[in-house]
Amino acid sequence: MLRLSGIGKRFGGLTALQEISFRVAPASITGIIGPNGAGKTTLFNIATGIYPPTEGAVLLEGKDISALPPEKRARLGLVRTFQNIELFGKMTVLENVMVGLHTQTKSGIFACAFRMPWQLREERSIRERAKRWLDFVGIAELAGVEAGKLSFGKGRLLEIARALALDPKLLLMDEPAAGLNSKETQELAKLIKSIRDRGVTVALVEHDMDLVMEICDSLVVLNLGSMLAEGTPKEIQDNPAVVTAYLGEE
Amino acid sequence: MEFFNQITQYAISGLSTGAIYALIGLSFAIIFNSTGIINFAQGEFVMLGGVLAIVSITALHLPMPAAVAVAVVGTTAVGLAFERLAIRPLKNATPLSLIIVTIGASILIRGLVMLIWGKDTKALPPFSGDTPIEVAGATILPQHLWIFAVTLLVIVASRLFFHHTITGKAMRACSFNRRAASLVGIGVGRMVLLSFLISSALGALAGVIIAPLTMTAYDVGVMLGLKGFCAAIMGGMGSGFGTVLGGLILGVLESLGAGLISSGYKDAIAFFILLLILFVRPQGLFKKGETDRV
Amino acid sequence: MSPHRKLKPDSLNPDTPSSPQEKLKFLVFSLAVLAAPWPLAGGYLTNVLIFVGINSMLALGLNLLLGYAGQISLGQAAFFGLGAYGSGVLTTRFAMNPWLAMAVVAVSVAAFAFAVGFPVLRLKGHYLAMATLGVGVIAHIAFNETVDLTGGPSGLSGIPNLAVGSFQFDSDLKNYYLVWGFALVAVLLSLNLVDSRVGRALRAIHDSEVAARVMGVNARLLKVQVFALSALLSALAGSLYCHVMTFISPTSFSFHVSIELLTMVVIGGLGSVYGSILGALLLTLLPEMLRAFQDFDIVFYGLLLISMTIYLPGGLVRGIPALFRRLWPVRRSHA
Repeated sequence: MLRLSGIGKRFGGLTALQEISFRVAPASITGIIGPNGAGKTTLFNIATGIYPPTEGAVLLEGKDISALPPEKRARLGLVRTFQNIELFGKMTVLENVMVGLHTQTKSGIFACAFRMPWQLREERSIRERAKRWLDFVGIAELAGVEAGKLSFGKGRLLEIARALALDPKLLLMDEPAAGLNSKETQELAKLIKSIRDRGVTVALVEHDMDLVMEICDSLVVLNLGSMLAEGTPKEIQDNPAVVTAYLGEE
Repeated sequence: MEFFNQITQYAISGLSTGAIYALIGLSFAIIFNSTGIINFAQGEFVMLGGVLAIVSITALHLPMPAAVAVAVVGTTAVGLAFERLAIRPLKNATPLSLIIVTIGASILIRGLVMLIWGKDTKALPPFSGDTPIEVAGATILPQHLWIFAVTLLVIVASRLFFHHTITGKAMRACSFNRRAASLVGIGVGRMVLLSFLISSALGALAGVIIAPLTMTAYDVGVMLGLKGFCAAIMGGMGSGFGTVLGGLILGVLESLGAGLISSGYKDAIAFFILLLILFVRPQGLFKKGETDRV
Repeated sequence: MSPHRKLKPDSLNPDTPSSPQEKLKFLVFSLAVLAAPWPLAGGYLTNVLIFVGINSMLALGLNLLLGYAGQISLGQAAFFGLGAYGSGVLTTRFAMNPWLAMAVVAVSVAAFAFAVGFPVLRLKGHYLAMATLGVGVIAHIAFNETVDLTGGPSGLSGIPNLAVGSFQFDSDLKNYYLVWGFALVAVLLSLNLVDSRVGRALRAIHDSEVAARVMGVNARLLKVQVFALSALLSALAGSLYCHVMTFISPTSFSFHVSIELLTMVVIGGLGSVYGSILGALLLTLLPEMLRAFQDFDIVFYGLLLISMTIYLPGGLVRGIPALFRRLWPVRRSHA
């Protein structure tokens, strides 16, 4: 589904990432783990086109998308959520999801201003679909609330609903469990699995090891900007290099 | 020869206004570097400097050095009040509200000056007479020399301050990374106030030394401020030589353009340069491009 | 914080015409506009209200850009002036039909803004403000300097009134309905726009441009489009202005006018269509009423900009209802 090939990133003189290459298999859940500062979020930013890599290429279904801006990548089915939740705080929960349906609608500035009949039809249909996505993540009753007023956990769910609305092929989640309590994390695990079962490939950056080990099909470990290991959760748990990186030298 | 003399003449007057733009540019950069704010009221500090000096001389009959002191101190007081009353209450403000507030301050200051001292254009007497000095076929006024001297002095002093004093270094630390600076115990709030202090004093000084040459009125601040900003942009918003060079280049281009093409479009020249640089090299003329971190 | 805390639905966007209330609101507003000259009996105030209409269109244009998409422009007076001078020059110097001229000018100004918009709107925040200001100042200088075309500082006179057949818009009352006809259409279309796919995308860009782009919103193109739309509205306002006044001079299109428009939008309410109208109304009426204190207006604008931004960032359109709610709290029903 997604292939990263020889990704490197430098900020000025600082090397944030080097020689990162791995694949994310279709309809799987891939976890990207590593200590703080390993470069996980930077990797997501490069994958989604928020900034360009210094070297290497990003391939989506075999197509090189390294030069595309984020909005084009989103249209190709590559969508993400953010570590600190980037909701549109001054819009309602429903409207947030409707923005997620932006790529599936066409009405331009004139059709919208003049309320052309097809624009009204489109509007009705995405309103319904947005409600269904809210239902899917379980926050349908909050549709009319200002997104900025949601609790962290609900905001996370909204962000997932909004991302799913794009009908992604690949969903990148940046620390989806951060800031959630254990009950919420359990529900999140279920939700992520059900997303995968709908045929959406998931890649996530996460610190919560219980969650990662429970839901991921394969893992990639980064340390200090480099690939440390790759494999199934079981293999990673038994990998001495990983244990050292997390616990330090003995 | 005639033509050559003319060019020299334009260059000299261009360099002197350019030096003023450089000073104003530096005063922009100082606030920008410690707060991330482009202070739209910066030009008003320049105007205030000139106006206060004139008022001190004509109404209060102070001698020139005292008038200069009154102008600089008075403007600095306004700058500090501005920071306290308008900038500080806006903690965590968006750039948009900061822009709006500084614009508000700028027209407030302009309006008050107009109400108190009227709309007339006034001139400050030159610091040391107006007997022209002949140099290479062109004439230089003593005031030009004053401008060059003060600009040079300010550049040297700011270099010393920012690189060789603890406070100056602390201010630079704030500009690189505010959070890190506050973690090592630098009072960021105090540094912001200090940057407004230095910046408004510098603006006032620029306003005072230019006033004998160009006349001053309540509404000269807009143009001077914008051109100073243009200089700062050319120098990449740094507080060093780039801005000074930017100011001088701008001054000379403007003076040549006004002399050789059309004086009506003089002000437009600065803005064409400004737009060109913003579009093509927003990092300034003399800096290498860098990837910004999101 | 309890996880079971009930959140009540907000009506965030006060201008959602899809709901019946909002349709009623627009209807009431339109009727008020149509009836306004009645009690004034075509007097002096009718004349002032013409300018309220023109300023409303300008403020609306700026608000779409600033309040919704979050992109500042300090050069709106340039588009206003291009509209006015475009119509003025085409009708006086080239004897073009005024309506045709208006259409030609509006489309050209929008196209110009669209072209300029790409480099300009790549800039953000303070740099964007300075660049748009630069565009405004250059335009103002051009109005002054192209004397052959514009008449320069002494202005351009002899601009004809608009007419339909033999019906001339030559009185305050007629011009009132002319201008407000345009303004009401602009209000309606803006209301439609902000509550639509495009409007939501613009508001999303305002809240978080990165997130909007990751959602597939082509932020760059949309920003430029709304910039062009605001230029179009400003140019139309300019054309109307020149035909109402029959005389124009560069002072009406200076930097100060851009700042006045900014003040209107901030006072009325950023991101509110009716807020733009309220701001235009207040800032056009006040100086008329404060004629005795003529030069105070600029001081007053300054104070308003600062205090509104600090104490009432939502503008009057949100501040007044909030004040009422505080004074007379309505008991909330717990559903």
